[in-house]
Amino acid sequence: MKRVIPLAAFAVLVVFLGVGLMLDPSKVPSPLIDKPAPAFSLPQLHNASATISNSDMRGKVWLFNVWASWCVACRQEHPLLVELARRNVVPIVGLNYKDERAAAIRWLQDLGDPYVASGHDIEGRVGMDFGVYGVPETYVIDKQGFIRYKQIGPISPDALKNDILPLVEKLQGT
Amino acid sequence: MNERVIQNGIGDRGCTPAPGIWPGLLLGLCLLLTGGISPAREAQPLIADPVIEARMAALGEELRCLVCQGQSIAGSDSDFAKDVKREMRAMMEDGRSDAEVAEFLVQRYGDFILFRPPVKGATILLWAGPFILLIIAVTILIVSLKRRGQRTAAMTLSSEEMRRAETLLDEKKSGKDT
Repeated sequence: MKRVIPLAAFAVLVVFLGVGLMLDPSKVPSPLIDKPAPAFSLPQLHNASATISNSDMRGKVWLFNVWASWCVACRQEHPLLVELARRNVVPIVGLNYKDERAAAIRWLQDLGDPYVASGHDIEGRVGMDFGVYGVPETYVIDKQGFIRYKQIGPISPDALKNDILPLVEKLQGT
Repeated sequence: MNERVIQNGIGDRGCTPAPGIWPGLLLGLCLLLTGGISPAREAQPLIADPVIEARMAALGEELRCLVCQGQSIAGSDSDFAKDVKREMRAMMEDGRSDAEVAEFLVQRYGDFILFRPPVKGATILLWAGPFILLIIAVTILIVSLKRRGQRTAAMTLSSEEMRRAETLLDEKKSGKDT
């Protein structure tokens, strides 16, 4: 008994510290998961007189991808998005975050445009409503307009295959 | 846009790295070469309302910059902190209370943005944990002190043993003398 108690206390400590080490402190869980996506209406990147809003996507499962031409990590995930769009798996709406219009359009010309449309959020206000704090970020939004998943940082092929696509498929089935 | 510091890792955050020794050296060199004659430009008055600035500073210290997590919003110069400060200032100028501003940010970024998270189900262990550990530690201390007390009590000598001990000591003393 005398040995068991300190040993048990130590084991508990190890478990707590171990879990702590596994967490990535730069990934802050979003309080918006399973909540309705914040309403927005932004001028489109390619056509400033037209708007894109979340009500345009009602009834569809869609991805909301935050990107910018100044964002290096966005280049990393971009081919995956282009491929998704080519295969018509799920519509992707872009949030062009704190970017210059001309630079953003050029970026899409160079790397491909997977977006149904991109909203031009020059001030980053819509980004703030979504709790964006690093670019890229990607949200999965369901048919009722609820946020079901948030990817912080670039989408990895693993995250896409194991988390995002199965979730999209499940949501599309409902 | 071009002053953004691009980092590898999760994304682009615009953290300002801690200045090393080089900026100081460079500044020194510049002053040396120009003989320190370059006229200082007048600082622009940045703000109109000192009350709002005081509130900004106080509330900003309570908020964590999610990008440079060791820093407060008030103390950070990252783009994220600048955006948050812009919203905070706009809301305060709009006549909203500090609590409303904090609530606005918590809705978007979660309790993590507060350096002092609220007491609720998910954070109860965080708040009560140290006190629980303290109670456990004090209990262990009291129990072991009591046990030690019992052990020393059991070690008191009976009058018979006392006499024996005294004779033994006396013998030793007299033995030494001879």
